[in-house]
Amino acid sequence: MSTAQKSPPSAWDPASVKEELLKKYPPKVARKRAKQIQVPVPGEEQPEIMANVRTIPGILTMRGCSYAGCKGVILGPTRDIVNITHGPIGCGFYSWLTRRNQTRPGPDGPNYMPYCFSTDMQDEDIIFGGEKKLRAAIQEAYDTIHPKAIAIFATCPVGLIGDDIHAVANEMKEELGINIFAFSCEGYKGVSQSAGHHIANNQIFRHVVGEAGRPPEGKYRINLLGEYNIGGDAFEIDRIFEKCGITMASTFSGNSTYDQFARAHTSDLNCVMCHRSINYVADMMEQKYGIPWIKVNFISGEGTAKSLRKIAQYFEDKELIDRVEEVIAEEMVAVKAAQEEVRPRTEGKTAMMFVGGSRAHHYQDLFNEIGMSTLAAGYEFAHRDDYEGRRVLPNIKLDADSRNIEELEVTQSETEYNPRKDSGTLEALAEAGLPVKEYKGMMTQMGDHASLAIDDLNQYEAEKLVELLKPDLFCAGIKEKFSIQKQGVPMKQLHSYDSGGPYAGFKGAINFYHEVDRLVNSKVWSYMTPPWKKNPELVGAFVWE
Amino acid sequence: MLLRHTPTEIKERKVLTINPAKTCQPIGAMYAAFGIHGCMPHSHGSQGCCAYHRSALTRHYKEPVSATTSSFTEGSSVFGGQANLLQALNNIFTVYEPDIVAVHTTCLSETIGDDLPQIVDKAKKDGLVPEGKKVIYCSTPSYVGSHVTGFSNMVKGMVNLLAESSGRHNGKVNIIPGWVEPSDMEELKRLASLMKVKHILFPDTSGVFNGPLDGTYRMFPEGGTSLQDLASAGDSSGTLALGEWASADAARALDAKCKVPCRVLDIPYGLAATDRFIDALHTLAGVPVPEEVERERGQLVDVISDYHMWLYHKKVALVGDPDQLIPLTEFLVSVDMCPVHIVTGTPGKAFEARIKEITKDVPYEVNVKAGGQADMFLLHQWIKNDPVDLIIGNTYCKYISRDEDIPMVRHGFPILDRVGHQYFPTVGYKGGLRLLEKILSALLDRKDRDDPEETFELVI
Ligand code: SF4
Ligand code: SF4
Repeated sequence: MSTAQKSPPSAWDPASVKEELLKKYPPKVARKRAKQIQVPVPGEEQPEIMANVRTIPGILTMRGCSYAGCKGVILGPTRDIVNITHGPIGCGFYSWLTRRNQTRPGPDGPNYMPYCFSTDMQDEDIIFGGEKKLRAAIQEAYDTIHPKAIAIFATCPVGLIGDDIHAVANEMKEELGINIFAFSCEGYKGVSQSAGHHIANNQIFRHVVGEAGRPPEGKYRINLLGEYNIGGDAFEIDRIFEKCGITMASTFSGNSTYDQFARAHTSDLNCVMCHRSINYVADMMEQKYGIPWIKVNFISGEGTAKSLRKIAQYFEDKELIDRVEEVIAEEMVAVKAAQEEVRPRTEGKTAMMFVGGSRAHHYQDLFNEIGMSTLAAGYEFAHRDDYEGRRVLPNIKLDADSRNIEELEVTQSETEYNPRKDSGTLEALAEAGLPVKEYKGMMTQMGDHASLAIDDLNQYEAEKLVELLKPDLFCAGIKEKFSIQKQGVPMKQLHSYDSGGPYAGFKGAINFYHEVDRLVNSKVWSYMTPPWKKNPELVGAFVWE
Repeated sequence: MLLRHTPTEIKERKVLTINPAKTCQPIGAMYAAFGIHGCMPHSHGSQGCCAYHRSALTRHYKEPVSATTSSFTEGSSVFGGQANLLQALNNIFTVYEPDIVAVHTTCLSETIGDDLPQIVDKAKKDGLVPEGKKVIYCSTPSYVGSHVTGFSNMVKGMVNLLAESSGRHNGKVNIIPGWVEPSDMEELKRLASLMKVKHILFPDTSGVFNGPLDGTYRMFPEGGTSLQDLASAGDSSGTLALGEWASADAARALDAKCKVPCRVLDIPYGLAATDRFIDALHTLAGVPVPEEVERERGQLVDVISDYHMWLYHKKVALVGDPDQLIPLTEFLVSVDMCPVHIVTGTPGKAFEARIKEITKDVPYEVNVKAGGQADMFLLHQWIKNDPVDLIIGNTYCKYISRDEDIPMVRHGFPILDRVGHQYFPTVGYKGGLRLLEKILSALLDRKDRDDPEETFELVI
């Protein structure tokens, strides 16, 4: 077992580990990385961490690009929009079915997720421009599939050769009479997937939200934002909502449909899971339609309970508050039992988490529930507010890369602005412990024990961390998985979960406890050294017993 | 139904690709570069391409895939990526200490028009490439060809920038294996060694993408063709290039550069192509074919005869790369199966002609298409119109296989959901046996599932 070769990390000094990580770098790289590695402290006031800055060329990064954030993450899980990648074939190919988003179209409903549509640009398109080809591709997609909406995604060369994809989209929208919109999410925009999230948020808000007026039936109507239904997470959350009598009117964007986006403005509350990828839409819906948003976290038993209580508290309705308590009481029985069951095998173990923009924070709760602690964590593409909390937002300076991402000017809708709560009520709710538009960030949770917060962790640092601190479990993405495992440490993908799930909600928490138990206690880690490397060699003698 | 929007009726598409049967050049260049020992593949473009290529290769091999990127930003896409590449090379040699960096371009750096030879030259002049270390490069615009083209371009880059002729023969034969699995490369070396032919195989990903788990991560694993061997390839007595699409260009470049004559063969999948490979080694190197190789051949022939009844006139649909599909189709025809639908996204007129020639006696109509709109959507439509008994192709085929309830055998790239390709070859006679085993298992598992109780049989 991995514990056999572990040194206890109980008394380690984060500052000297940080120093160790920086040693080998050329001076310029070391200076930059030093600002991206910080030691969390107790309380809300955290050291300033450098985040959302350019990746250093040549340093093996975990990051992807803006197209991946836009097409892959945000629009990928929506089943009834035909997504056409405008560009050479690769980008479309790699984002085809590789993220484990689940969806339930029913037996006859539209589902385009198993399809990859691409204009497969050729050299003549690069030389003479690809607009004509794009127009024809939209027509062919329409003729073949007859969808109600088509989305166009630009890849790297498109911006450079000057194709006006928005003009083409508009033209074809007029011509075909369906909604067609485009995303200028070329891979070089911004510094990571994060730029793509923002671009996706903008266009969905501009072209889809508010297009359809009819809200679903239901007394407590909410939208769930930043939940992508990896491994069926959204199904589990939906099950719990239904049990509580809460109506999930739309999700951005796990198991979502075009119509759900279109009616999102009719809900009374926005619940934000992944703050990084979706807070823009939440803010814009608040400004235009008066829908407040709160931060929730359905990862972990306690987190789920807490989030449900927040929602109930927001609606200020005794019936819902009571129902939520009943559901929590009922569901937590199995959750607690599962915790008890695995705890003897997980207690005292350690984890590291380096993923996207929210899970490196959310999953710390799950580990805590089974007695594990987080030694180091960080995001691949987050901004300072995801680490230090939204209170630092006014102090974040926009650099050239972020300034190039459009900020939508949003004003109150003349006809549809309807503040769901007046400012007095919101203040009272905040007093009572339910502030809207608030996120305290990851670092505030890590300051109570020795830990490191590391932005845009790279391969070299990952290897060093494992070597120095020997965690029992490492969580990151597919690209990191096997180099970590070669070092003899189990690795769980927290983007796509490898396999399995759901891990959200009550049942998800139970699944995850068992999965962690399996990972950290697998026999395989004891097989790495063959017996003859452990036994002394007997030279020149055969000894038969 | 997963692919519920695929209509049976085929309407011609002129521009839209749906469910592609190819991907882009750089991933091929990256894969080839991993076949050099001590090499860091580097993607000169924005970081998303590199992330995608690494992810795809990782999912295919379940092994670490470490490659770097120039991480272009909007600024670099306006001013060019020279500064990024210079900085990258400095960081790579300082932090990871590879022996060689193999740079390929992406759509972005190609569209901008970055001049790799000039930038690499500058890096050397600026002292960013340490003594004794190498940087090679190739151009891989994704709007031309496919992943196979990228593989070919990187192998050509190896020849152009690393092979040297010293004027002395080394008595070896170069083998360029084409885009095959690490296990296949190992098998090709085993066969050449059995034949006692001294050889240099490049690129060679065996030992790279099928490494052991022993508690140590090696960024540069033991496998890969050594730089000495790559240099020495210019002194070899001849080159066997396996596959017109992936290997021939490099072999011809080596001939032009170092006067090493070459012969282009098919990748030895199946009986006849392996016969040609062995015979070429036999005649070129002037060595006898050992009994062991003849025994392996005989075993393959034996199994074909033992199980012929289950293969005879079974219809097959295939998707993959030209270099694979040609010998595979030939093998299927040679065991009296009937390949009837064949697509590859990689363009090439010669492909359609060869497939037509190979399948000319197949007693059914044969559909074949390469290049634009030769995609898996079309393949699926063909299958809907003229059903088959078996599908052979990459993992994406499983959507068609499930919807149409047709058994499938995984072969090609990418295989994202099964183990085996890293470890067990499909080239050579033993590889032919494995192919047959897989085909027969798929067909007979289906038969056992579907047979009515009274005809269900113990012995098959
Ligand atoms: S931008 Fe070009 S090189 Fe990069 S993934 Fe897309 S097609 Fe491939
Ligand atoms: S950061 Fe994590 S939760 Fe957010 S989109 Fe990415 S994978 Fe999903």
